[in-house]
Amino acid sequence: MDFATAIQILDSAVRLMTPLLLACLAGLYSERSGVFDIGLEGKMLMAAFTSAAVAFVTGSPWLGLLAGIAGSMALSLIHGLASITFMGNQLISGVAINFLASGMTVLLGQKIFGLGGRTPSLTGGGRFGEITLPFADSLRNVPFIGPIYADLISGHTILVYVAFLCVPLTWWVLFRTRFGLRLRAVGENPASVDTAGVSVTRLRFAAIAICGILCGLAGAYLATGLSAGFVKEMTAGRGFIALAALIFAKWRPWNALFATFLFGLLEAIANRYPNLEIGPITIPSMFMNALPYILTVIILAGFVGRAIPPRAGGEPYVKER
Amino acid sequence: MTLMKSLLAGSALATLAAGAALADPALIYDLGGKFDKSFNEAAYTGAVRWVEETGGSYKELEMQSEAQREQALRRLAETGANPIVMTGFAFGDVLNTVAPDYPDTKFAIIDTIVDQPNVQSVVFTEAEGSYLAGVMAATASKTGTVGFVGGMDVPLIHRFECGYAQGFKAVRPDGNVLVNYIGTTAAAWNDPVKGGELAKAQKAQGADVIYAAAGGSGIGVLQAAADEGILSVGVDSNQNHLHPGQVLTSMVKRVDNAVFDAFSAGADLETGVKLMNLAAAGVAVAIDDNNKALVTPEMQAAIDEAAAKITAGQIKIVDQKSGNSCAAQ
Repeated sequence: MDFATAIQILDSAVRLMTPLLLACLAGLYSERSGVFDIGLEGKMLMAAFTSAAVAFVTGSPWLGLLAGIAGSMALSLIHGLASITFMGNQLISGVAINFLASGMTVLLGQKIFGLGGRTPSLTGGGRFGEITLPFADSLRNVPFIGPIYADLISGHTILVYVAFLCVPLTWWVLFRTRFGLRLRAVGENPASVDTAGVSVTRLRFAAIAICGILCGLAGAYLATGLSAGFVKEMTAGRGFIALAALIFAKWRPWNALFATFLFGLLEAIANRYPNLEIGPITIPSMFMNALPYILTVIILAGFVGRAIPPRAGGEPYVKER
Repeated sequence: MTLMKSLLAGSALATLAAGAALADPALIYDLGGKFDKSFNEAAYTGAVRWVEETGGSYKELEMQSEAQREQALRRLAETGANPIVMTGFAFGDVLNTVAPDYPDTKFAIIDTIVDQPNVQSVVFTEAEGSYLAGVMAATASKTGTVGFVGGMDVPLIHRFECGYAQGFKAVRPDGNVLVNYIGTTAAAWNDPVKGGELAKAQKAQGADVIYAAAGGSGIGVLQAAADEGILSVGVDSNQNHLHPGQVLTSMVKRVDNAVFDAFSAGADLETGVKLMNLAAAGVAVAIDDNNKALVTPEMQAAIDEAAAKITAGQIKIVDQKSGNSCAAQ
């Protein structure tokens, strides 16, 4: 493998990891506040549909992005209503959201566009274009750094940069602000937060709202950044891989970056080498695609340090009388 | 209760009689839905053409769930529809149990073989059409490397891959065919993001024509190819219009012809296996206004020559249906 190939694979990995990273951070906020969310997949799917539909109708990816966030947020609020306000089971609510999104997107798509659940293809200005960073073209010929800057760092859509900025931002919010401290506390011991006079319900709703925004970004990136329009079930399990990445990252933002990068890289390598030959062994791409799940199971089993979820996760908070 | 029963029986008889008198043909679409821009829509197009040419009418039904298959078939058979055409191999098992119960009704099933005396099984030779697509790709390619992106890793799609590779190698024996599959589950048909990413990876390895046999994921392949400024080949329906001038051709399966023929034959539908091959115009490479500029005279000549040789039996295409491995790989 030469240097140019490595750059191409890394470039592909960055594109593939972005929706995972956004969804993973979305899950991180939600789960850190004690609300398990297996509805990431459904929210991304809904966001992908609403963003593609609105971007097609208006011709603006930005309005599409807003619609994507709104669509994802609507599902987030349903999840919040069911699992925070009415103290329902968070896992069941999450599953319901996945089914709801899977059915609603196709139903609405068929009703509006009559293309069997697909949205019409977005052309030209309807999608997020690739951004060429300053000096990218003039620096391209500089050895080593040039290709890295021009081909790997430059030339992505704006949402990729947003996703990467979300990582330090999440770290700062969670570990350096009062809101973050309370958010983490509410996921570990909501009773103590309540005793301190802070509303558990409000904090958890704030967390799932952030979760909704990030899932909206992820869905919009899939439909209006990476591809040009919505196809039914187009998230293809990315929400679940993001959940696996979240466990792999042990619910930490910087780890989430590395976990999703690793998963993206594995997929990019599998795409490039369907049958990867390492010496005498040939590794089929199926194995590479299964590796994220295998790694997660290994982590969960406690072989590589324990992954301990937030203690109050999955438990609706009931005020003591 | 008895009154209800006799009323029901009476109405059932009435519909039966009415249906038998008309003997309208019927068409059942598979789960993809009538407007899937591909397989089912092609069937719909055929039915519409039949209506336009004969002025007849037909019944149609869209599947909403797996459980409806048998019920839908029986209902249509009982209303006297004849023949009943259904799209997709998924009807195979159901038809096998239903067909013997309605010996006077003719059925036609597309894409699989059901061995019953009143069933016509329509199968397409995807490998032949893909061979022609491979010939075109080889002629159009400047780099000598072309790509194939399959949807789900199943034998049906291997037939597309193998035919394509053989057609390509026939023109450029030293060339290279890159092969990727989206996945191994049904989700592989609906992952345009991965399709696009695979297309980009193949482009990075030098491919400049990419053939997508991947259902909804293929839309992502065609899109990425257009974005990257290389050519692509569509599948099933004519997809040339998706990116005019950037889709080299589409390997079309003339499901519409199969439906049209079955409807035209009416109750006299010939049973047994109907092979929709190149000679019967069952498969073809689509050339229309959108890709005319891409098809050079030499390419057209190469296509015609290959088509003639396949029809005459001079070119034997390894069909993976029979379990042989693909010789070209």
